[in-house]
Amino acid sequence: MHAKQSKWLWGAAGLVYLFLYLPLIIVVVYSFNDSKLNAEWVGFTFKWYEILFNDAQMLTAARNTLIIGLVTSLCATVLGTLAGLAMYKYKLRLLPVLVLTPIAIPEILMGVSLLIFFVMLNMTLGLVSVALAHIAFCIGFVAIVVRSRLQGMDESLVEAARDLGATPIQAFRLVTLPLIMPGIIAGALMAFTLSIDDFVITFFTAGAGASTLPLQIYSMIRIAVTPEVNAISTLLMLLTLALIIIASKVAPGAIKAQS
Amino acid sequence: MRNNRLGRWLISGPPLLYLLLFFAIPSAIMAFAAFRFPGDYGGLLPLMDVNPDTGKTELLINAGNYADFLTLENFTRFFQEPVFFELFLKSFWYAGLTTVICLVLAYPLAWLIARSPKKHRDLLVLLVILPFWSNFLIRVYSWMIILGPQGYFAKTINAILGVVGVGPVQLLFSHFAVILVLVYVHLPFMVLPLYANLEKHDMNLLDAAQDLGASAWQRFWRITWPLSLPGVWAGAALVFIPALGMFAVPDLVGGTDGIMIGNLIKQQFLDSRDWPFGAVLSIMLTLAVLALAGLATLIGRGGKRNAL
Repeated sequence: MHAKQSKWLWGAAGLVYLFLYLPLIIVVVYSFNDSKLNAEWVGFTFKWYEILFNDAQMLTAARNTLIIGLVTSLCATVLGTLAGLAMYKYKLRLLPVLVLTPIAIPEILMGVSLLIFFVMLNMTLGLVSVALAHIAFCIGFVAIVVRSRLQGMDESLVEAARDLGATPIQAFRLVTLPLIMPGIIAGALMAFTLSIDDFVITFFTAGAGASTLPLQIYSMIRIAVTPEVNAISTLLMLLTLALIIIASKVAPGAIKAQS
Repeated sequence: MRNNRLGRWLISGPPLLYLLLFFAIPSAIMAFAAFRFPGDYGGLLPLMDVNPDTGKTELLINAGNYADFLTLENFTRFFQEPVFFELFLKSFWYAGLTTVICLVLAYPLAWLIARSPKKHRDLLVLLVILPFWSNFLIRVYSWMIILGPQGYFAKTINAILGVVGVGPVQLLFSHFAVILVLVYVHLPFMVLPLYANLEKHDMNLLDAAQDLGASAWQRFWRITWPLSLPGVWAGAALVFIPALGMFAVPDLVGGTDGIMIGNLIKQQFLDSRDWPFGAVLSIMLTLAVLALAGLATLIGRGGKRNAL
């Protein structure tokens, strides 16, 4: 009875895993298909990758994506870590609301309100406006990861350091900071991934000034589907996979903290 | 004490300032924009402008008449034309259906992960998160390939339908495609909170129920399901809210009649450039989300009380 039921359930779960993976596998397979249509398998080729690496627009978009991602990751990690520390140490009212709401509301709302804001300030939309927007929505994710790491920390270690004569700053630098470092690194990687993946907020804040890979992919798949998109998609998936592997090596438990 | 206060400001000040500037103030401006007029060339009517007669920059406010300054016209338009309300209802329907389907698919999966041996659990969870880490647009795009009329999948489906005698159906650019893709991109958001909840259940309760003669269905319905409600609500919120505001999915796979509120908002800001009306739509969406969050908290509280 029990075994039969669980076999049935495993079948259902297996189908859900298949549902999750099959579409992505299809994209990877078609990126090597020697046909302009994403329909029938014709033969193996690398030509879409060649086209990709000679596509000037795509390369500019990739460069923009990386610049924005790195700047966002750096700034959001510093601000998010401070926010996480503040939310852990002090009873605050306004900060937690400001940190958590951007995560909870639909992205489009943040996108359009920042569009109005930047235009009112007469700012030229481009790399800077996108980075400013990305930092704003990444702070919350970093803060949550850092705060959960602080909550799991043994407070008596800090007290011991204080008893042994460490100043609060020394205790922070020598005890707290190393202990929460995996959380900070996880937060930084998360901010980087969120930034390079973001489409909605970038869409509203980039103007004509800065195309990123998601914007480039969006404009390509809206008009006509070309296998070049399969190639860039495959490369982006590999990049994400690499980031996850790095995360699991540098900060074990980081992946878990993000879920 | 004084030192403590200084430290508090040094730590919470920078993120607070940043989020005030790039989240709170823009949101406030958007709320304000909903009561303003569109500019001559779209966008917003500026508060200050150069007077062509005097050549000086002047405030565009007629002190005697606030109606020149603020208007309710944008809101009136929303409530007078049923098209907009219907689109809201349709978006709620899409997001609700997506949430229910996600729940049905996620529940057995989350349950099995929670019941599998400890050493396998992390891997099984990682396998759920992994596709969700790849770019959102890629995940939408992969379905454009599968559902595309030239693809193997669509051809097979239509061949089968042809045998039964039903004419060929278009899979891409349909309501079906919108729901399917919405489910696909949001599924992990439902699995993870459910798993986190189910993992903590005390299995002895189920054994006790079995000893007392409860059937499998009774054990699920009277024990597992009520205990899992906090996870269900968390997952529902994480799926429903982003699905409600989605514009890229309907844009890419929905065709002309698959559009949602998000598409209308995008259209007002980028195509029609009627920002005040776009702001009204955004405010309505915000209010809907807030109302739902409030409702979920209330129901969640009630659920907890019932479980006790």
